[in-house]
Amino acid sequence: MSTPAGVLVVGASAAGLATAEALRRKGYRGALTVLGDEPHVPYDRPPLSKQVLAGQWEPERAHVRSGDALERLDARLLLGDAAVSLDVAARTVRSASGRDLTADAVVVATGVRPRVLPGQAGLRGVHVLRSLDDALALRVRLLGARRLVVAGDGVLGAEVAATARGLGVEVVLAGPQSAPMEAQLGPLASGLLAELHGEHGVDVRPGVAVEGLASADGRVTGVRLTTGDVLDADVVVVALGAVPNTDWLENSGLMLENGVVCDSRCSAADGIYAVGDVARWQHHGLGGLVRLENRTNATEQAAAVAANILGADLPYAPVPHFWTDQFAARVQVHGVLPADAQVDVVEGDIASRRFAAVYERDGRAVGVLGWNMPKQARLLRQRHLVEPRAAAVDS
Amino acid sequence: MKITVDEEKCCGAGSCVLAAPEVFDQRDEDGVVVLLDAEPAEGLHAAVREAADVCPAAAIALSEQA
Repeated sequence: MSTPAGVLVVGASAAGLATAEALRRKGYRGALTVLGDEPHVPYDRPPLSKQVLAGQWEPERAHVRSGDALERLDARLLLGDAAVSLDVAARTVRSASGRDLTADAVVVATGVRPRVLPGQAGLRGVHVLRSLDDALALRVRLLGARRLVVAGDGVLGAEVAATARGLGVEVVLAGPQSAPMEAQLGPLASGLLAELHGEHGVDVRPGVAVEGLASADGRVTGVRLTTGDVLDADVVVVALGAVPNTDWLENSGLMLENGVVCDSRCSAADGIYAVGDVARWQHHGLGGLVRLENRTNATEQAAAVAANILGADLPYAPVPHFWTDQFAARVQVHGVLPADAQVDVVEGDIASRRFAAVYERDGRAVGVLGWNMPKQARLLRQRHLVEPRAAAVDS
Repeated sequence: MKITVDEEKCCGAGSCVLAAPEVFDQRDEDGVVVLLDAEPAEGLHAAVREAADVCPAAAIALSEQA
């Protein structure tokens, strides 16, 4: 494919901006447009549940790039205008304000939105946390709160619980797993995380299925469980996962199934690509279709998509990576940590809460976890997850 | 080119070290980025730009004085 005369990126968050940056870094000098539905300049989401929610950072500090850096990008940044439809054959996106934007390559980077509970809309005291505005609204509410129930024990739920506890609020963390983040961390580290939350006064309720909300006079009063019990609350954060933002693509003809379905090049159709949380692509290393909702994937996939737009024709098969900071724990995960993996602590020790471990399945390393050992985790990642794979490709 | 890093933003992923090991390292104790060379030679600029772009915490800022 020849170099496109114009590239349109739909979505102005981490993945969208990173795609534009990677195109420029790789030498693309053509027209570049980035369309975003929010009025804000691109900002980072990981600080929202931590530094921004805690009030340690002004919102501006979460901006991905300075005004100067955005200027240097030499892209047309159209903010506060959502995409409403895509004509795949013509590669034309229509926006809510009635713009028709056409380009040789279109990149879908519209992300995900939080799942909500029935009856949640319009109820006071119930929050989700996805956008900068969500974080600021939740912060205001928490400052006057008595008791927060976090419904959902994944990464976001656990981070919100930790941050809210730091603000002095009484916190209940309720979810279906036996320990917070069990799906991401496996039994060993999620157990440690549960301990840590307990020590800091978070009331962790494992094995609890949330059914809905209890309310009176238009305000939330608690979270209803499938057992019929109600967890009393004056603030509730719903952190039950997210849904890809693909509604606007419904009539486009693209295959939509838990995200925009792509080939191994992250291409959904000729000249149409997807990147970030919304993209579900064929991952050669992990086998099958994969969708990753993490910050690292946004930049790594953006670089791969930019290269493919410029003609590289390379499969994208990253080692997944995410991190979380909760209380005094800084946890890094590279690869995957299956529940039945054999865990080998190779540096530090669990008792001192500073260790790095390699996770193996069928005699092969599949993941690395660092608990307050980020550098060691990165080195282990190279040694166990990257180099053996490169050797396998060479041979 | 002049590099600045925001240690408080750094998440310890180490992507910068993989992209430009001559310019970035990580502290052993907490994984926070260590800037080895704030004004790297021109031959390293492309790698540094990549390091700044791929940092998942946007902790690396570049100012491009000629």
